Amino acid sequence: MYLMAIDLWFILEKAILIACIIGLSFFIAMYTTYAERKVAGWLQDRHGPNRAGPFGIFQPLADGGKLFFKEEIIPLASNKVLFLLGPGLAMITALVTSTVIPWGTPIITDKGSIPLQVADVDMGILIVFSVVSVGVYGIMIGGWASNNKFSLIAAIRGASQMVSYELPMGLALIAVLFMTGSLKMSEIVANQAANGWHIIYQPLGFIIFFVCALAECNRTPFDLPEAENELNFGYHQEYSSMKLGFYLFAEYINMFVSSAVIATLFLGGYDIPFVNEASWKLEPWLMSLISFSVLMAKISFLLFVFIWIRWTIPRFRYDQLMNLGWKKLIPLALLNMIITAAVMLWLNK
Amino acid sequence: MQLTNRAKQVDRKPMTFLESIYLWNIVKGMGITISHLFKKKATIQYPEQTRTFSKVFRGLHVLNRDAEGRENCTACGLCAVACPAEAITMEAAERLPGEEHLYREEKYAVKYEINMLRCIFCGLCEEACPKDAIYLSQTFAPANYGRKGFIYKKEDLLIPHPVNEKDAYQKALGNRVEKN
Repeated sequence: MYLMAIDLWFILEKAILIACIIGLSFFIAMYTTYAERKVAGWLQDRHGPNRAGPFGIFQPLADGGKLFFKEEIIPLASNKVLFLLGPGLAMITALVTSTVIPWGTPIITDKGSIPLQVADVDMGILIVFSVVSVGVYGIMIGGWASNNKFSLIAAIRGASQMVSYELPMGLALIAVLFMTGSLKMSEIVANQAANGWHIIYQPLGFIIFFVCALAECNRTPFDLPEAENELNFGYHQEYSSMKLGFYLFAEYINMFVSSAVIATLFLGGYDIPFVNEASWKLEPWLMSLISFSVLMAKISFLLFVFIWIRWTIPRFRYDQLMNLGWKKLIPLALLNMIITAAVMLWLNK
Repeated sequence: MQLTNRAKQVDRKPMTFLESIYLWNIVKGMGITISHLFKKKATIQYPEQTRTFSKVFRGLHVLNRDAEGRENCTACGLCAVACPAEAITMEAAERLPGEEHLYREEKYAVKYEINMLRCIFCGLCEEACPKDAIYLSQTFAPANYGRKGFIYKKEDLLIPHPVNEKDAYQKALGNRVEKN
């Protein structure tokens, strides 16, 4: 056993996987912006963007290109280092979260199996939570370094909102962990494939987790840190060009990753519903492809629900936000946790 | 005092717990929005599609020609007098020998300008004209970058020649033929 016995193939395999996942995140984030505008159009009896290419599918490219060519403005009174750090941190935390998500069944070759997961660590889901908490700093640093009162208010709102909603999110998660007995994402998926999806056993937990995910992603109705009409775009008000692009993009990547986490925790991950896919005896790579597509379908559906909610309801007031988080969701999540614990104990006799 | 029977009593009861987590109301709202996904879109895809106007729509002015392509306008100035917005200016000139194929009568307008920014599209010029020389068409003034572009000269207003430019003339006429 060498401490430094690094398998080069292993590194290469992980590097390719990481590149693929980052590319995928960017691609999905790009087309989520397109879907956002398209769905917004449809829900408001409009067409949405339909001029750039067939059905407007090149719209995200045009938007990205526009952001690249915008003038870069850094306010004189801002703290330069932190001003640059903010969007970078937001982007990094958004991307890092996807490391522990299992994207499909492993590809089995004669050299061994390649798991479609960057890191299947024992503390799995906790990594997601710890990185998401760091994500607050992206907003806080950006808002503070801008040296602008609106940005600062937005940053404070964002921080308090994230802290308040991480609690019920964690409590809803604990009930899931009671059922799986493991923090490993792959085992959470395997458990659901064997015993049925967690959404069936934990409908309340799912709703709480979903609501908190909306709050964590700063999506309507919890978009108080952005608050276009009261705070002039909130924490990224002073940002321009690709730094603004990074913030906006990080938000969509966060949406994508949180959809992936919700799908993995509650909707069976890459498990195909109603069938026993192990009995099909398919080629391993084909199986991986199918399971990956199933996960992507679930993620797409969740993204659609995210967008659908955004174009349905207005923003919460700050007191409503705090009341909902502390007085409603936390008691509900505690109740859910206690009931789950009691039922698990009773079942185990 | 009741003014209408549409007044509704506002419910100021404190919310119950279920109401206060907003879930049911949000689901109801989402039902409403999703129903709009399948509704007919209100958009008119402008350059390809255009809105159909009513028959009496008053749009851009057209200076008319007769069947042989001679200008009807005699620069009498009645339209300019009738114009409440004072948008019309013109300069008259006498027809020279050999110009009979250009102008129908002995006097014609060398200069005829309508300021489309002043014009209120009331159609009084059309009513004032004794020679059927000006009428309001079914198109509206396209956008322009400068104010100058909205001052329409005689060349901009004249209808295409009915003999020399048949297709353009028919297009400019639109559904006006049916009206006569």
